[in-house]
Amino acid sequence: MKNNFLSFVKKESLHILRDKRTMLIVMIVPVVLMVLFGFAISTEVNNINIAVSAPERTDGVKDVVDRIAHNEYFSFYGYIDQEQIDKELRSGKVSVVVVFASDFDRRMEQISAGVPSKPIIQLVVDGSNVNIAGASTAYLQGILLGTASQQAMFETRMLFNPQMKSAYNFVPGIMGLIFILVCAMMTSVSIVREKEVGTMEVLLVSPVRPVKIVFAKMIPYFVISFVILVMILLLSHYLLDVPMSGGVWGIFSLSLLYLLLSLSLGLLVSTIAKTQVAALLISAMVMMIPVLLLSGMIFPIENLPEIFQVLSTIVPARWYIDAIRKMMIQGVPLMAVWKNSTILLAMTIMFIVISLKKFNDKLE
Amino acid sequence: MRTFIVLLQKEFLQIRRNSFLSRFIVAYPVIIMLIAPPLMTMDVRNVNVAVVDLDRSTTSRRIMSHINASECLSLVSTTSEFDAAMQVLEKGEVDIIVQIPDHFERDMVVATSERISIIANAVNANKGSMGTQYIVQTIARTLSELRNEKSSNQLSELVTVQNRFNPTLNYRHYMIPALMIIIFILMCGFLPALSIVGEKETGTIEQINVTPVSRLTFTLSKLIPYWIIGIFVLMVVMIVAHLVYGLIPAGSVGVIYFGTALFVLTISGFSLTIANFSDTMQQTMFVMFFFIMIFIQMSGLLTPIDSMPEWAQKITIILPPRYFVDILRSVYLKGATLAELWRNFAALGIFAVIFNALAAITYKKQA
Repeated sequence: MKNNFLSFVKKESLHILRDKRTMLIVMIVPVVLMVLFGFAISTEVNNINIAVSAPERTDGVKDVVDRIAHNEYFSFYGYIDQEQIDKELRSGKVSVVVVFASDFDRRMEQISAGVPSKPIIQLVVDGSNVNIAGASTAYLQGILLGTASQQAMFETRMLFNPQMKSAYNFVPGIMGLIFILVCAMMTSVSIVREKEVGTMEVLLVSPVRPVKIVFAKMIPYFVISFVILVMILLLSHYLLDVPMSGGVWGIFSLSLLYLLLSLSLGLLVSTIAKTQVAALLISAMVMMIPVLLLSGMIFPIENLPEIFQVLSTIVPARWYIDAIRKMMIQGVPLMAVWKNSTILLAMTIMFIVISLKKFNDKLE
Repeated sequence: MRTFIVLLQKEFLQIRRNSFLSRFIVAYPVIIMLIAPPLMTMDVRNVNVAVVDLDRSTTSRRIMSHINASECLSLVSTTSEFDAAMQVLEKGEVDIIVQIPDHFERDMVVATSERISIIANAVNANKGSMGTQYIVQTIARTLSELRNEKSSNQLSELVTVQNRFNPTLNYRHYMIPALMIIIFILMCGFLPALSIVGEKETGTIEQINVTPVSRLTFTLSKLIPYWIIGIFVLMVVMIVAHLVYGLIPAGSVGVIYFGTALFVLTISGFSLTIANFSDTMQQTMFVMFFFIMIFIQMSGLLTPIDSMPEWAQKITIILPPRYFVDILRSVYLKGATLAELWRNFAALGIFAVIFNALAAITYKKQA
């Protein structure tokens, strides 16, 4: 009996190996995406284009402009006229315009003497980009209000990520997104294809037990995803400088569990779907949405409305990304994320059991 | 012309007969538009703060109550030991620790006091820096309030903020155009490719190959249905955006339709080109997945292009969605006109021509 399982695995592997082009694509796609996004994407807002509109360029104005221009978050676009504000904002060349009052210097003196004053600076912000609007207002108010003495009062430390690299936050997210979709896309066609081509009947009348068929279909893909995982971990560490302070083996074994989960999710889709098109659409288009929105990859879980926070607990990527972030960056060991691991394990078992059951139903 | 109409009829019949596909095309955009917008916020709200109060003075209590009153910050714990606060931070229950040094109030007057430490969990770099900024502002405001309590001059009142185009900084309004584009990319990216490869796998493409149908006619007959579907989807999502989220385009609806028509054509043409190069559905899906991920992540839909490194910003020049993101957001929110956006339209037009020409050329009639 063991023998026919092995020959089954061999048959499946041959199927995959024979199609070199698909295999190559399957391996290259996740790795390239990982590197590209790891380097390119930043959820932080910087290089905000800022323009200044001032009736006269006095020393006081120049001083403030100087402070803005030297701030790392802004790039100074130049002085513009009052009438140009709307045009520049609408065209998107500028995100914020700082408008100074006409007698800025004199009023500043009055203010420091304690004389009440009307507003002296107006920030006109392009509210259509909410991210940039929020961040630039906060940073600008900091620059404009905080005098040097106040700034010196604080000592700030950025824990775990002193250089404020977005990659640290993003790499675990991308891993969570790519693994689950890629693996599900790999296995989701496996059983449907047999149905479509008509070889399913042959399988059904063979003496091989369904458990073996299902596992034999998973093993070659598991090997492929194993290779992908190794490449991605190496690249994130050596190329993207993501620390693996929580221990490489912990990260590795949790990721293996996640791969297994994703492959079995794909199998589940495969047993349910009637056509290859349906299977692929479910595993790519339908699953992409919850993974993008409810996993905490880009949009923080704590920002979600209550119901969706509850709903997000059934998204496997949420648990994986959370655990990997803690292990990779905060340096927490595997034991500390036991809750996440247990949930992922339970989900994996559930997916496998349901797909077996669905597969068995086909037999009758 | 007759062959063309017959081919079109065949495409629509196939879509309609496939019960999964036809339901999918209608349900997918509606469901996403209903569910997703409230979820898409990157606002830094709910920053949890722990204060290590070594001073235990009126000032430090004042600071704490101001932190608690701030809409973005919430005070979760106060201790007198740094280690305790650190443990809570490591557990993830707190994002920022503020430590107020001993004798802070007393020394404040002499301005030689020890500094307030702000320790942020910067795993999420954005949250870390924005949170720190909020804290600095809150404390600065508290202190300036304490210093000149008699003076009516509040520093914060000297700077006013005016948010144009989206005065309430409604995140949904900002994200809905992006979401619409994601829907277009997903639907018109995956579906046309699958339909061609589907024909390859079932062998019906050979039947087309032996007929006198020209490459262009065949390609067009694959394109036009998805073009119509794209316009239909635009109608649906605009109605949902209006009824559910009260978002009405500030600019001309005609410009939106024109832009969408060009964009959908571009993406479908791209999708067909990819399909022509692939032999199996899985291959097509993986390659399309690759590009769709790049389109979604790098076109400024979710994260700003300006924050990307120089080389990555150069890559975005060849991503068609980048131009459409600009178009849809500016027309929807800022009321931009065709004349102001002509560069983006020109770019989309060029892409549409290139990809569709490629789709027709790379479709080989000999299998």
